[in-house]
Amino acid sequence: MSLSTQPADPRTERDDVTQPQLGPLGLLRFAWRQLTSMRTALFLLLLVAVAALPGSIFPQRSIDAVRTADWIARHETAGPILDTLGFFEVYASPWFAAIYLLLFVSLVGCVLPRSRIHWRAMRSLPPRAPKRLERLSAHESVTLDGAPDEVLREVRSALRSGRFRTHSHDATTVSAEKGYLKETGNLLFHLALIGVIVGMAWGHLLGWKGDVILPVGQTFANTVARYDTISPGPLVDPADFTPFTMKLTRFDAEFEDDVQGKGQFGSPRDFTAYVDFTKTPGAEPEKKVIRVNGPLETGGGTAFLLGNGYAPKITVRNAAGTVLYSEATPFLAQDNNYTSVGAVKVAGAGPAGKQLGFAGLFLPTAVLDEQGPRSVFPDALEPALALSAFEGTLFPQGRPQSVYSLDTDDMTQLKNADGSDLLRIWLTQGQTFTLPGGQGSITFDGLERFAGISIRSDPGKELTLVSALAALLGLILSLTIRRRRVFVRVAPAAEQGRTVVSIGGLAKDDDEGMGEQLEDVLTRLKERRT
Amino acid sequence: MTNETLASYANLSLYSAMAVLTLSMLGYAGYLAGLLPARDARAESADAPDRELVSAGGGSAGDGGPSRADAVTARGGSDAQVPLRARKAAGVAHTLALLGTVLLFASAALRGASVQRWPLGNMFEFGVAAALFTMVVFVAYGLRRDLRWLGLFVVAPVLILLGLANTVWYTEAAELMPSLKSVWLVIHVTVATISVGLFAVGFVIALLYLAQDRFGTERGVLRALPDGKTLERLTYGLHIIAFPLWTFTLIAGAIWARQAWGSYWNWDPKEVWTFIIWVVYAAYLHARVTRGWRRQSATWVAVAGFVCIIVNYAVVNMYFVGQHSYSGL
Repeated sequence: MSLSTQPADPRTERDDVTQPQLGPLGLLRFAWRQLTSMRTALFLLLLVAVAALPGSIFPQRSIDAVRTADWIARHETAGPILDTLGFFEVYASPWFAAIYLLLFVSLVGCVLPRSRIHWRAMRSLPPRAPKRLERLSAHESVTLDGAPDEVLREVRSALRSGRFRTHSHDATTVSAEKGYLKETGNLLFHLALIGVIVGMAWGHLLGWKGDVILPVGQTFANTVARYDTISPGPLVDPADFTPFTMKLTRFDAEFEDDVQGKGQFGSPRDFTAYVDFTKTPGAEPEKKVIRVNGPLETGGGTAFLLGNGYAPKITVRNAAGTVLYSEATPFLAQDNNYTSVGAVKVAGAGPAGKQLGFAGLFLPTAVLDEQGPRSVFPDALEPALALSAFEGTLFPQGRPQSVYSLDTDDMTQLKNADGSDLLRIWLTQGQTFTLPGGQGSITFDGLERFAGISIRSDPGKELTLVSALAALLGLILSLTIRRRRVFVRVAPAAEQGRTVVSIGGLAKDDDEGMGEQLEDVLTRLKERRT
Repeated sequence: MTNETLASYANLSLYSAMAVLTLSMLGYAGYLAGLLPARDARAESADAPDRELVSAGGGSAGDGGPSRADAVTARGGSDAQVPLRARKAAGVAHTLALLGTVLLFASAALRGASVQRWPLGNMFEFGVAAALFTMVVFVAYGLRRDLRWLGLFVVAPVLILLGLANTVWYTEAAELMPSLKSVWLVIHVTVATISVGLFAVGFVIALLYLAQDRFGTERGVLRALPDGKTLERLTYGLHIIAFPLWTFTLIAGAIWARQAWGSYWNWDPKEVWTFIIWVVYAAYLHARVTRGWRRQSATWVAVAGFVCIIVNYAVVNMYFVGQHSYSGL
């Protein structure tokens, strides 16, 4: 909250020059007044809107790191400058934080004093009736049977039945007020927004998320090491993860093959992951289903189905026929037809101590034409692998590298048998390709799907949700309820036994309904007279 | 599975709606046109009383009754002072607007039936629904007060929207992608579209208010409108209904995002824009009560809000890379 003590506005400093009598305390008070004024709040609101813009235009690192790096690489001048300014991480940038923190400080500074005032207003009496009710924008006068004090009693009862709070400051008037809930709602709305941001911060500090790619048949155990990527919040201890496991037993995918129109053919239609879920080690596994809109609550984070793809089962043998590598190898989809990239890293040394590596494409419905190898439909109708082969060192200096690509710095690409061209391997399911030069063989044994499972925990989400709903309620109250004051004065009429009732209404802002409100009060009054 | 027959009926219903609404638009234009000569005649007769016969020669003077300075109903005159021709045109236009709305509803319902899902799954369907809800807001509000002066300014943009939906954004009836298969599609997108309908009518009135403020109340068609204060109140009244609905859209979207994408807020471009729109309209509501801000300036903020809605719909869906890529294009 130290931000609140900083001058919010350059004008502050100018005022300091022209008003030297303003001491440091006065200056602070002035800055605070400026910051908590409605004008500043409005300015900051509009600024938030503008500042949020670039994050929707430029790729954001936290959402898509690859696309961000790509964008920066393509824009040699602008890229690094924008990067320094935080345009690829807008919502975590200091300037964005500065704006919304200032906005919230301004909000607190505005809402707290208003809450105090409102608290007092709710407990104080409606003010004394003005001398001349006919000066009020809405006013009316009727003459009724009965003595003044008797009529006044009924006026009060009529106002109360119209949900007014009433008080008589003297024997001939009633002051009435209603609509306190408008300001209550307004304050609730603003205070609840603080709850929203606290909930978001809490979730950021204590939440975590991790992603794992799980081919059918494999089991995931909830430990940090088992995640492909994990980003825990600053206050999360990954040692405390709940030790559940889940085995992916089946994965169903359906794609549109009925409607031929543009944008629809080949669109995904349904993904379902079937898992054997074991809550604690040794417990009986339960059959569970994870769908795109149906996550699985594990008791230690929620498991979402966020991606899927193919994991062809690939086997590499040496010249003697010994199996060096045999795994369902996930390939990551690059487009809507699941043209997927991946790599096979045969860590066991081949001849002459060299390691073998394969990189390339998996194509679920493969087509090979002048446009090159590609997939034309996302389902596995004609699956094929298009690979290149490399030999050398797979993990030079133990640098971290992606599972889905080869680091070929210390590798050389293999050539075909007569050495005339680079070796290209095309494998359909069940086929085996014999590598030239007695390097062994590679086989495309079978095909599995994999599920991209994301497991996330956000302990702040309930607070955020409740606060957001409270804000909505407050908003509705503050926008629909009207604050109204009604004053009534009675006076004996010229004729004996009759009373003149003057009624006037005072509303905040322009209130078209005030006339109707007075009519309503008079109707209630007349009902009581008959 | 798609029922092709129902899908083609849905399109037929949509074309009929467009035809009917075109006639309705002409009717409303006729109403405004019929209103203006009466005023011109009055203005002229005030300057040169002997010219009254000439200018009233169209035969409407008798129907319109004695002309008075506030003959236009929107400014508080009684309906009897509106020329019969104009009244007839508006009556026909109103009936056609109602029919067009019903046909739009039928189109959306048939499309939903043809694919057995809620018909809000792609740009085309959003466009039709937004047009439908804008018409519903206009027709429903028109039951409570005289909005004949507004007809042309609502029906014309609705027709443009339908035209765009039918040409640029047209998508064949088909099933949804998995992430859209949720009850939250019904809740989130429907409420979003309803509030867009309210914002749209509010936006049109805001523009008319600003135009009247800029060009004066006595120029061209602006004479046929209610006074500035009424216009400003009308647009504010629509915005304070739409804004809580938009807030709800934001919350419902967050709940759905958590279910479908694992996190209630992902800073996806569509989310960012929904948030920006929310902030801009919040700024409008604040500006309206900020001392030192004129109502006109505040109304400009509301106009900016709707520009953001248009961007959010027409630009973000098509050109920004994000998780809300459901345009079907």
